[in-house]
Amino acid sequence: MKNLFKKSIVILIALLMGFQLFLVGCTSKKEDKSKETEKKEPLTEIILATTTSTMDTGLLDELLPMFEEEENIRIKPVAVGTGEAIAMGQQGEADVLLVHARQSEDQFMADGYGSVRKDVMYNDFVIIGSEADSAGIKGLKSAMEALKKIAQKENVFISRGDDSGTHKKEKKLWEKAEITPSGDWYVQSGQGMGETIRITDQKQAYTLADRGTYLATKKSISLEILVEKDKDLLNPYGVIAVNPEKFPKVKNKEAMKFINWITSYDVQKFISTFGKDEYGQALFVPDSEEWKEKH
Amino acid sequence: MNLIIEGVKQAFLLLLEGDSELIQITLLSIKVSGSAVLISMSIGIPLGLLIALSDFPGRRLAVALINTGMGFPPVVVGLAVAMFLWRSGPLGFLNILYTPVAMVAAQVIIAFPIIAGLTLAAIQQLDPRLSLQALALGASRFQVLLTLIREARLATLAAIMAGFGGVISEVGAVMMVGGNIKGQTRVLTTATVMEVRMGHFAMAIALSIILMSLVFAVNYLLTTIQQKGETPWITHIWK
Repeated sequence: MKNLFKKSIVILIALLMGFQLFLVGCTSKKEDKSKETEKKEPLTEIILATTTSTMDTGLLDELLPMFEEEENIRIKPVAVGTGEAIAMGQQGEADVLLVHARQSEDQFMADGYGSVRKDVMYNDFVIIGSEADSAGIKGLKSAMEALKKIAQKENVFISRGDDSGTHKKEKKLWEKAEITPSGDWYVQSGQGMGETIRITDQKQAYTLADRGTYLATKKSISLEILVEKDKDLLNPYGVIAVNPEKFPKVKNKEAMKFINWITSYDVQKFISTFGKDEYGQALFVPDSEEWKEKH
Repeated sequence: MNLIIEGVKQAFLLLLEGDSELIQITLLSIKVSGSAVLISMSIGIPLGLLIALSDFPGRRLAVALINTGMGFPPVVVGLAVAMFLWRSGPLGFLNILYTPVAMVAAQVIIAFPIIAGLTLAAIQQLDPRLSLQALALGASRFQVLLTLIREARLATLAAIMAGFGGVISEVGAVMMVGGNIKGQTRVLTTATVMEVRMGHFAMAIALSIILMSLVFAVNYLLTTIQQKGETPWITHIWK
């Protein structure tokens, strides 16, 4: 008994030590690799606060490595809800924001939290629902009219309910229609776009979704696009540098490099092609000053 | 049903391919939770021993706090650690938010009460005359402690398994302090939540299979050590 136990302790300790060595080995291998590919200066890291729907399109997965290659700056994208992203900016916890909530962005700038704001791109929202379409909104040109019909018939509508860019857009549409949605038919999911679409599919209801997330989830749901291409459904993105005067710890030089990079013509051109391979259509339309000058 | 079957099929294909991102995410999970458990053991086991064997004013409060810590919501721990590590927070100057270091720290805070609490209970359950006997046989103070741990090894190993299980499977804390950043702080649990959110069920199922296999493998190993030679109960009662 005693020997067996002693042996097991020895084995356990040996394993733990071997494990620690393995951990050290793994980390140093990784560091060696990155030292090879980068120049001799240490990599600066900045925090980009963005939204989950932006992240889920996969655009940043392609853009950020490109930026790192060119400028030797590593961006840490933290994807949270719009509300949280803006709050991070208001606390100086992020260096640069990439969000799509124009009113909140304008307020952010007016309150002095941001030093520079530039237009980047836009995508659009669509109203999706089941084929049955009991509210009869298919093909309507006005999103506001569609929401009016849904409210009148009290058809189930799933709202993000999380103060995200999508949610704010939805609230603006209700305001335009002069309706305050409430009742059993108006459901607030409090979750991201993907989950909200899934809930909508389960309940065969209606919801407002960004085209990108809809396309990404299309294969596993049965909902279709019922209303689109209304001007009210445009979703413009802004990139904002958090104000270094308010938050001296913020890495402003690098943030400005990112802002100038993402609004530059070549990068805008890349953005205009993103999504064509996977979805047959581009997910975003470039919208920066530099792009608009040449188009 | 079709979706589930399709998902599992695709998951196995992904696993066989050996996708490099999948491997990286798995290794990071092992690194983070492994380190957290090792550190928690070095804090928790001595702490459990100490409190079990000594008496001091406020001892009952200390025990109650540790027991509460065992059931503490990981997401609350995550929020608290994040607030400390914010640039505006007291430990902001460390600049470790959104790095694996912060994740290990949060997981240590989650795991060490589990290990301490269960070790504490395990030691307290021992016959108090055991230490007297060891001393009588000429054991040094350190040897007495080792004897106690050895006698309580069943429960102590269970404590380690509980601690490991608790942190490898939690998602709230590592999400908040790590940020699920690709290639830097993305682990099995946060990756699974993200893939589900994006509708990539096959990937989510693949990640889940890896996670469960990992937990099983570690626990199988620890169980083997725990159960070595432990059959007296079974043979005496059920024969």
